[in-house]
Amino acid sequence: MTLFGFRMPKMASLLVWVIIWEIIGRFELVMLFPPFTEVLAALGDVVTSRSFGEAMRITVQSYLGGLGLAIAIGIPLGFLMGLVPAADKMLNMWVNTFLSAPLSALVPVFMILFGLGTPTVIVTVFMFAVWIIVLDTRAGVLSISPSLMEMSRSFGASRAERFKMVLLAALPEILAGIRLGMIRGVKGVVIGQLLVSIIGVGALFQLYQQNFLMAHFWALVLILFTIALTLAELVAKLEKRVEYYAGVRS
Amino acid sequence: MSLALAKKYEEPTPVTKPSNPIIEVRGVSKVYGNDVVALDNINIAFETGHLTSLLGPSGCGKTTLLKIVAGLLQPTAGEVLVKGKPVTGPGPERAFVFQDFALMPWASVMDNAAFGLKMQGVPRSEREDKARHYIAEVGLAGFEKKYPHELSGGMRQRVGLARALAVNADVLLMDEPFSAVDEQTRRKFQEDLFRLREVEKKTFLFVTHSIEEAVYVSDRIIMLSPRPGRISEIIDPAIPKGINPDDLRRNDVYLDTVEQIWQGIRKYVE
Repeated sequence: MTLFGFRMPKMASLLVWVIIWEIIGRFELVMLFPPFTEVLAALGDVVTSRSFGEAMRITVQSYLGGLGLAIAIGIPLGFLMGLVPAADKMLNMWVNTFLSAPLSALVPVFMILFGLGTPTVIVTVFMFAVWIIVLDTRAGVLSISPSLMEMSRSFGASRAERFKMVLLAALPEILAGIRLGMIRGVKGVVIGQLLVSIIGVGALFQLYQQNFLMAHFWALVLILFTIALTLAELVAKLEKRVEYYAGVRS
Repeated sequence: MSLALAKKYEEPTPVTKPSNPIIEVRGVSKVYGNDVVALDNINIAFETGHLTSLLGPSGCGKTTLLKIVAGLLQPTAGEVLVKGKPVTGPGPERAFVFQDFALMPWASVMDNAAFGLKMQGVPRSEREDKARHYIAEVGLAGFEKKYPHELSGGMRQRVGLARALAVNADVLLMDEPFSAVDEQTRRKFQEDLFRLREVEKKTFLFVTHSIEEAVYVSDRIIMLSPRPGRISEIIDPAIPKGINPDDLRRNDVYLDTVEQIWQGIRKYVE
């Protein structure tokens, strides 16, 4: 974007919002928003606190656990649906339902099933992340060109080799699914911990809110947003590398 | 209901029967679903070392016939013999060149060209040597490390051709290989195919919907008629051997043969 002939850097619009935030904070217009500078100051406070380290450890643990599970189950499930029409008929409706359902409503059920602790959060992350991975994998498998499969048969490729080809051909879609799953997983981990509210970041949010430490609260929000965006950006980078090979499907 | 009785179908016989057929198609029929007859009792033999074209309007079953010979499709009835053995599936003595190239987008030109050899279990250095030879043969020397999306359509099909040549099959089955490349590239390609046929001494089965292309490159043209797919005519273009490509396109026999085929085909098009 250019403004008065000057090229504006990508993040410039953020600056505008930060200034508006600062003004609202300075004039105490909305009680919930302390000035942005205060939030930044609290950032250091939050990051160095012992409870933050512990909360991040638990959060990362349950996030990776849930995401790993979602990838490990989502990709094979997507393959099954893409390759076996009967399985697709049976599962497609459910996967789509879960994809769009308000999963937060299910977290209390998980709490009853898995207790007030990390397992519930892991299940929440899993439920948030897995369905988009399933659907994208399925789409990737289904979009493989039939002539590529004919080619592999006509040159005598073994079953294992053909399977490898399906995997490679579907890789761009699978990675897109994982990227979206990662972003949804961040939602899952925060929502899960907020609802369980005695572990991880959820406990911290609870603590800051109850003591009305709004600057700390926003600092934590800022950290989580940054982490989520950075993660998504990293996978997007990886995706581009793969698409360099697979993006132009002929 | 039409009262006119259908004229009894008489199978055309070729001027000369193949003396040394490498592929024999015997009574092959293919029915899709319950009633779509793509091929109806096809009997034909293909001479070793010749380039035979399957020509016909769209829907005449020419690609179906080629895929049955390739072992990619099962005939509803009849059988195909390759070197006297019945076809049950794809085999190393047949290599296929695809209309849409069917290259692996994640693999380099080298890996694509060596794919068939890799599937046969040929060790890496040996298969890369062979693939490199054929990549050069089709005019792509220096492009070994490129990826398909970095190549033009014509170059991609050359990779497909190199892959088929590299496995050293006796028969090359080509499914409208030049239909997805532009006209200039196509001409160059046909001329290259000419030369390649001299060098490689292989049998080519060539599916096309272009009359000029068929007359230009073929020793024999099998014309198919649609619905049901049957052999309607067999033509051996009597074009003088060793004629250079530029003279050929102005050759009277060439032009007459093109015209003759067009007259035979036009009733299906109109």
